[in-house]
Amino acid sequence: MKFSSDDALYEAAESMEALGNNGLSRRDFMKFCSAMAALLALPASFVPKIAEALSGKKPYLVWLAFQDCAGDTEAFLRATNPTAANIVLDVLAVEYHETIMAAAGKQAEKSLMDVVKNHKGEYFVVVEGSIPMKDDGIYCCIGGKSSVDIAREVCGNALATIAVGTCAAYGGIPAALPNPTGAVSVKEAVPNATVINLPGCPVNAENITACIVHYLTFGALPNVDKFGRPYFAYGKRIHDNCERRAHFDAGQFVRQWGDEGHRQGWCLYEMGCKGPESFHNCPTIKYNEGTSWPVQAGHGCIGCSEPNFWDTMSPFYKRLPNVPGFGIESTADKIGAGLAAATAAGILVHGIGRAVSSKKEEEK
Amino acid sequence: MANDKKRIYAWEFPVRFTHWINVACILALSFTGFYIGNPFIYAVSAKEYIMGWIRFIHFVAAYAFLLSMIIRIYWAFVGNKYACYRELLPFSSQKLAELVNALKFYAFISKKPPYKIGHHALAAFTYLIVYLLIIFEIVSGFAMYSVNHSGAIWVILGGWLTGAMSMPMIRLYHHLVMYVILAFALMHVYLAWYSDSREKNGLLMSIFSGYKFSTGNEPDI
Ligand code: HEM
Ligand code: HEM
Ligand code: SF4
Repeated sequence: MKFSSDDALYEAAESMEALGNNGLSRRDFMKFCSAMAALLALPASFVPKIAEALSGKKPYLVWLAFQDCAGDTEAFLRATNPTAANIVLDVLAVEYHETIMAAAGKQAEKSLMDVVKNHKGEYFVVVEGSIPMKDDGIYCCIGGKSSVDIAREVCGNALATIAVGTCAAYGGIPAALPNPTGAVSVKEAVPNATVINLPGCPVNAENITACIVHYLTFGALPNVDKFGRPYFAYGKRIHDNCERRAHFDAGQFVRQWGDEGHRQGWCLYEMGCKGPESFHNCPTIKYNEGTSWPVQAGHGCIGCSEPNFWDTMSPFYKRLPNVPGFGIESTADKIGAGLAAATAAGILVHGIGRAVSSKKEEEK
Repeated sequence: MANDKKRIYAWEFPVRFTHWINVACILALSFTGFYIGNPFIYAVSAKEYIMGWIRFIHFVAAYAFLLSMIIRIYWAFVGNKYACYRELLPFSSQKLAELVNALKFYAFISKKPPYKIGHHALAAFTYLIVYLLIIFEIVSGFAMYSVNHSGAIWVILGGWLTGAMSMPMIRLYHHLVMYVILAFALMHVYLAWYSDSREKNGLLMSIFSGYKFSTGNEPDI
């Protein structure tokens, strides 16, 4: 075990029995551990290891919210299955979370600073929302401090920062053009912090849990791709795991919202689905404890877990972006047809010109 | 003048071979690419595999196209002077003058055809652009291909582009450039025929046989 019992960082161990007292059965707990092993693509032999790690000391966690919509908090707290949320709240000592904490005002800010001071380098930070940099960061201030200053102090001194949601991971919607507040991601605002990105709109609560479980079990964050996202959650393309994929390969497409194909659950490619260019584990773990996810509900993927998705994946209901420099009504195919027509017309005019000029030559 | 006509071997086999492989690939890639972008045939049963086969053909043709381009680029260094890469670059005052004259000829301003055994400067410059567009199609195509195929080879062939352009933009330009290439093809065939009929140089047949006729006016025999 990485966390020895005399380690001042972690509170006294809560045994599995103690978890049981909180309304969780041992069975629920083991089920949760197996689910986490599966999500992290670990063999079943790791389940006891995970269980042991989770029964250990409680690491501290603070949750910072900046330019956000609290959607990630919602996703995290509303996990319908009580086990996931309970376990996380039991396993972690959540010291600061504006939305759910009892403390307010100065008292709340003090509890945050206490964690930073007393547990430097030993706590997790979850950041939700982007950080505005323009005009010294005045567009998002909490307790008189700008979010960039808070992030530098809190994330800079943390064990690891988990940037949840696309805004924290890549700037997201606040950073979309024209980005009036100069919003950036956590990693851009605090380059020296250890950051793992869990983009998505909102983040999938299971992926946050799995990241923390991975850390507790192995003492390290999971491996990440070039966008700082863990492979276990963002290593596969939506399109390759989508339940409508057979309809794509067959050639069965929804052509209009509510048409026969839509009712039959055909592929949403022509309705602008961005599954072919997006990476996330939505199709396999889904949201709200495996209830559903956008494509299952009949809506195309909008690529929300990709950097700059608001600018690059839109228009969300068209397959291709608008052609830069042309009106929004023109599509690539209209421009192509125009080009073909212009070429044909050019050839026709040239042919007539040739006929005329060779007549002239004959007359000479 | 007709009597001075000399047969000259202009286009060596690799040039003609890659030309026709390219034509076949462009036709196949454009048809299948258009379907990928705009699936106009609908399957009646989920057991069919229309998009699957169309994409399969697109990717097989893509490989053939890539290999053909590799052969042509190789030949640009070892082939005859008409196939040389220098032939395609218009950066000399003499070539620029030739290019302007060719433009005037096609616009009926000048009556002097751009006589040349190899490509005249305007044609050569257009081919340079077309080859660059083709390379863009290959790079952007493999960039899209690389997102669900892991391996360094896909990164080298095109995956690196995803660092510079977003995926939807890569798709859009991959799609748009198809139309530019097709517009070129139309104009190209028309002008080849036009040039052949005005200069009586056997140009149209030359891309099959390799031989052109000299009219005695060509500076580059
Ligand atoms: C003249 C050459 C080519 C033409 C005209 C062409 C045309 C197209 C078009 C029109 C599309 C549909 C784009 C869209 O609207 O989403 C497409 C898709 C695609 N092309 Fe090409 N293409 C060519 C060469 C290549 C090459 C060399 C590759 C290399 C692998 C390639 C790989 C792809 C891929 C991966 C897709 C996306 C398929 C999918 O999303 O399932 N293409 N192509
Ligand atoms: C997609 C269609 C086509 C493309 C992209 C294309 C492209 C090219 C290129 C790049 C060259 C230069 C050859 C080199 O030095 O490597 C060329 C030459 C030539 N092509 Fe094509 N071609 C197409 C279709 C055709 C067709 C259908 C014909 C005949 C009917 C044709 C006739 C010729 C002739 C006669 C030449 C030699 C012309 C010259 O020197 O200006 N091409 N073509
Ligand atoms: S619905 Fe979207 S992700 Fe699913 S198969 Fe169709 S295009 Fe791919």
